[in-house]
Amino acid sequence: MHVLDFEKPVKDLEKQIEKARELAESDFSGLQEKTVKDLEDTLDKLKKELYSHLTGWQKVQLSRHPDRPYAEDYINNISENFIELHGDRNIGDDKAMIGGFGSIDGQTVMFIGQQKGRNTKQRQYRNFGMANPEGYRKALRLMKLAEKFNKPIITLIDTPGASPGLEAEERGQGEAIARNLREMSLLKVPVVCIIIGEGASGGALGIGVGDKVLMMEYTWYSVISPESCSSILWRSWDYKEAAAEALQLTSDKMLQQGLIDGIIKEPLGGAHNDPAKTFKNIKAEIKKQLKDLLLMSPEERIIARVDKFSNMGVYAE
Amino acid sequence: MDTKFVSLPCNKGKIMPWFKRIKDGILTSTDEKKEVPEGIWNKCPSCKKAITTRDLEDNNFVCPEDGYHFRIGSKQYFNILFDDGIFTELDKDLKAADPLKFIDKKPYTSRLQEAWQTTELNDALRSATGKMNGIDIVIACMDFSFIGGSMGSVVGEKIARAIDYARIHQFPLIIISKSGGARMMEAALSLMQMAKTSAKLALLDQAGVPFISLLTDPTTGGVTASFAMLGDFNVAEPGALIGFAGPRVIKETIGKDLPKGFQSAEFLVEHGFVDFIVNRKEMKEKFTHLLGMLQEGTKAKKKTA
Ligand SMILES: [Zn+2]
Repeated sequence: MHVLDFEKPVKDLEKQIEKARELAESDFSGLQEKTVKDLEDTLDKLKKELYSHLTGWQKVQLSRHPDRPYAEDYINNISENFIELHGDRNIGDDKAMIGGFGSIDGQTVMFIGQQKGRNTKQRQYRNFGMANPEGYRKALRLMKLAEKFNKPIITLIDTPGASPGLEAEERGQGEAIARNLREMSLLKVPVVCIIIGEGASGGALGIGVGDKVLMMEYTWYSVISPESCSSILWRSWDYKEAAAEALQLTSDKMLQQGLIDGIIKEPLGGAHNDPAKTFKNIKAEIKKQLKDLLLMSPEERIIARVDKFSNMGVYAE
Repeated sequence: MDTKFVSLPCNKGKIMPWFKRIKDGILTSTDEKKEVPEGIWNKCPSCKKAITTRDLEDNNFVCPEDGYHFRIGSKQYFNILFDDGIFTELDKDLKAADPLKFIDKKPYTSRLQEAWQTTELNDALRSATGKMNGIDIVIACMDFSFIGGSMGSVVGEKIARAIDYARIHQFPLIIISKSGGARMMEAALSLMQMAKTSAKLALLDQAGVPFISLLTDPTTGGVTASFAMLGDFNVAEPGALIGFAGPRVIKETIGKDLPKGFQSAEFLVEHGFVDFIVNRKEMKEKFTHLLGMLQEGTKAKKKTA
């Protein structure tokens, strides 16, 4: 279990409660039980206080929490019979981008998502969730497949960015993302995009053009990571907290700006504190969104989708 | 009006007027430009030869010695491509707001003030319609001198509207890219301009209106990952730096120097992402021929329809 700095008081108190509980079992005076109860009240207050005043940077940290559910966890816990599909039919199979058909309570959907790894080996295998051009092309191939068979598309976004490297450039990272943006605009099937962790820049947007774009509560979505923003604009790595505030990259701020369509609540303390509840929330939300979207015709959806993105931007005229 | 401009940034981000050096990456102010008499000398960043601004302009800002393409802006491209330099500017008055009240080392508003003053531009892109060898066209051209040609809401909106204009009037579209990427000071708003411009291009694509994307030095980041790579024809100027990730980022990631010519226009042709490279001096004729050939077919089709 990984504990973030600001999570420490909560975790310490939880440990204390656990100990008090053990004591209470062999104590018949009822005194210990009262202690447990008091501690639990304190914990509840502490958590509510802490998690209602998180800074942008703290939310960024939660979005990257190593115990947070990843794309595969969501897919496996909200759908049955997931069949993973591999490859872009050209270069290879990008392990940072996964996809395939699954069934949510009888509704077949195409899942596409960036996948991170849990340990060093897995992290390398998944390239830290940074897809190469073939990842974006695989995603597009699968989206076209969904369109062909008239199945809705769910994308799960969790990436620190598209892979920056020699091979990515040689194979046209820019072109791959650009093509997805254009093609996703006109997909005939419903597209629901959910930021489940990090939504960094074009790498996130490359699977992020949807009828509904939702953010999990403790995630971020912006044009650049706070660290890189700090390095470029402040010319120092030390201003990531300030950059996180300035970028207004959290779910509440993104909703205020009208750049996303909704927020999916997370359990108190974040998704990793109660994955089961998290899966339940996200599944309910997907079902609700699909139900609404399926009432619209493909043309209506496309017009609304293009209009939505066309209206994004603030300027003086 | 004969406003000559003096300093032309070279590939390495430095400006080299012949008579004095100016701090890295900063253009001379417009006031300075006006004071300077004609016949200013420019040093070619590539071969170091001195050329007068007038000679350079007569040569479409291509070094007569070695063919180096100087970095130029919308004003020069409009002059090169529109017949007699005549055009009608579109959505001229769009200006950046500061919806996030963004402050880093200094407020976004003061960066904007500075850019408005030094460049006399409203933002990092101008769009216009006019004739190119008699063909009605729409051109949207980025200006690198305005906050590094970064794409924020204004650039995105102007491109979106230029695309709509081209689609509604059935005029071919040329977008000239020259950008460091998205404008960070508009955060996710600038990111969404990628989706917006690409969605508009999807509609243009459906309408069958030709789109030439001209990639010039440099074209990187969010611009590369959206409209710049979506041309029916992706065309580049010789030697232009074109990429998604910037060379510095890649270098830091892989921990070694990049191969020579990496991310150059020629490299992109070699890897299949650019259709051809065009010398600025032949650009207008080549685009005219290309669009002319497309128009032939379209006209015949329309008659039979
Ligand atoms: Zn030269």
